[in-house]
Amino acid sequence: MKSLEELAAIRNKMKDKVALREKEGDIRIVVGMATCGIAAGARPVLNAFVEEVSKQHADNATVTQTGCIGMCRLEPIVEVFEGGKERVTYVKVKPAMVPRIVKEHILGGRPITEYTIGAAE
Amino acid sequence: MIRTHVMICGGTGCTSSDSPKIAEAMEQEIVKLGLQDEVKVVRTGCFGLCAMGPVMIVYPDGTFYSRVKVSDVPEIASEHLLKGRIVERLVHRDDEAGEKVEVPTLKDIEFYKPQLRVALRNCGVINPENIEEYIAMDGYSALGKVLTEMKPEEVIDLVTKSGLRGRGGAGFPTGKKWLFASFNKTPHKYVVCNADEGDPGAFMDRSVLEGDPHAILEAMCIAGYAIDAHQGYIYVRAEYPIAVHRLQIAIKQAREYGLLGKDIFGTGFDFDIDVRLGAGAFVCGEETALLTSIEGNRGEPKTKPPFPANKGLFGQPTIINNVETLANIPQIILKGAEWFASMGTEGSKGTKVFALGGKINNTGLVEVPLGTTLRQIIYDIGGGIPDGKAFKAVQTGGPSGGCIPAKFLDLPIDYENLKSIGAMMGSGGMIVMDETTCMVDVARFYLDFTVDESCGKCVPCRIGTRRLLEMLDKITSGNGTLEDLDKMEELCHYIQANALCALGQTAPNPVLSTLKFFRDEYEAHVVEKRCPAGVCKKLLHYEIDPDKCRGCTACARKCPVNAINGVVKQPHVIDQAKCIKCGTCMDTCRFGAISKK
Repeated sequence: MKSLEELAAIRNKMKDKVALREKEGDIRIVVGMATCGIAAGARPVLNAFVEEVSKQHADNATVTQTGCIGMCRLEPIVEVFEGGKERVTYVKVKPAMVPRIVKEHILGGRPITEYTIGAAE
Repeated sequence: MIRTHVMICGGTGCTSSDSPKIAEAMEQEIVKLGLQDEVKVVRTGCFGLCAMGPVMIVYPDGTFYSRVKVSDVPEIASEHLLKGRIVERLVHRDDEAGEKVEVPTLKDIEFYKPQLRVALRNCGVINPENIEEYIAMDGYSALGKVLTEMKPEEVIDLVTKSGLRGRGGAGFPTGKKWLFASFNKTPHKYVVCNADEGDPGAFMDRSVLEGDPHAILEAMCIAGYAIDAHQGYIYVRAEYPIAVHRLQIAIKQAREYGLLGKDIFGTGFDFDIDVRLGAGAFVCGEETALLTSIEGNRGEPKTKPPFPANKGLFGQPTIINNVETLANIPQIILKGAEWFASMGTEGSKGTKVFALGGKINNTGLVEVPLGTTLRQIIYDIGGGIPDGKAFKAVQTGGPSGGCIPAKFLDLPIDYENLKSIGAMMGSGGMIVMDETTCMVDVARFYLDFTVDESCGKCVPCRIGTRRLLEMLDKITSGNGTLEDLDKMEELCHYIQANALCALGQTAPNPVLSTLKFFRDEYEAHVVEKRCPAGVCKKLLHYEIDPDKCRGCTACARKCPVNAINGVVKQPHVIDQAKCIKCGTCMDTCRFGAISKK
């Protein structure tokens, strides 16, 4: 280690990798990962969320999973919980939709109505 | 991209209950499920709640699983990691008024809520075998700051202002120690880390070394810069294999990253650290004995002065700090003296780690601000005494400390308060005792330990403690007199005043404090020839109540020395001359006919 910059570079590189243990996210992105969800393609969606949240630096959001919520025909289902706000339920989510959800909803605060359960019903 | 971290405790406690196998099985399951690019297993240091081990925490949700078995791993992997369903039956539960309350995440657990983790901040949070994870937690930034922005005197001044005192026992101000060593202008000086943790029941130093070894290396470098030393030694006992292994990995990594060795951060400052293994002698925790042992000699203490700060290792000025003391240093540098001094009491700043053991529900490691009361530690964090038994005393400071009775439960704990009631901080071991503990027997236990561990160099310790033990033996076997109690007290004061080192000087503390607070128990042994707690074997006997005995012969068959006689379906009798008071008959009897008197 020859300089403080070198140390800072390692720190910044690693910070993202351990951040997930400390993060107290105000926003929770919950992906339905029951058998129905996985069969409908929830895994790539989950991974896409993890990647986009990190790429777009949505530092206040954590990505977790949940089981079946009973609407198997609409899987993959992703719910977004935010303190003090009504939860938003996205249905039939595909990895391609994820960057927009993170950008407009998680960072921008504007849920994308056409992806939500209301639009599908 | 990794979305989930599975933290599995790799401390000594959880390792002994198979956590390495759990981690291995988890890694295999993850591969089996094809999750290896999404889920990572991290082996960490101690989480502190050792009673509930092996412990596993799953992030980002922070689900806290306790008492995990290898056979539970496939279920956790397929349910939680793959499908996101928490395995409810393994989630840790707090015991509230007899009802089990489910506590899904770490920060909600009663055990952790009142804690404030400074020395243990990274234990259970990072992978101790990965220097980059330590760097991510601002590791080595304190060293960088010190080397590039601060003068050595400023470092010493900062540590002095923080009010940090030695966490190994005596509580000497750390800044002052560094200052004395810095006054000596000699080409060779040393920084020594005292990791010879020897108090029965204390394991905080081990946990720091196992969970956050780089913090110690960084702090030693800082100390080296402050006093102009270029070589450090960590003296750790060989019976801490995990700690030694992780220290060696940490030193190797720090050298590879240029954080130990020549020209650190390009500032021209050189510092290196080596590990020295101790064979486990208790006296080697005493600083002069420890230094003698590093030099390759038999671990015996020397008279002070000269203090190590003037004439220590190899006759050179040396500072010697305990592991927990050092663990605080990088945080003090980064967050400032005021931050550290804002925690604690007037004379005792910061936090202290206590190792809870004995008759307590949550055995484990606890870090709280100094000034926290015993009641908070034992009841709020420790979860109280098991089986609804009554609290009798808590023993702090190991064989050098004293027993604190119930009336001091609300005393704020700091160095001065503990000293004023005849106990001491020591390294922070806390052994809780309930109504079934005999205080005379406790004093005897600790003295037996010091007699064993006395190095034999000085007479007061070598012979004095042995005579003291003989008197205690006399009392516990029912042959003591009231005069013996006074003689014991006199001998205690004599040893305190005349022993060469702290081992001998503090050895009488368990006797003196029990004599002071539990004299009635001593008197019961001496006058009534009775052990109130029913522990001292020679003072109790077992009896069969002829009205309750059905003559089932179960006890007679179990008795290891054939001391129970009787005919089938007739009341049995115990032959007191043969009885070894093992209590097996009482445990065997289904009719409650046997009692201990």
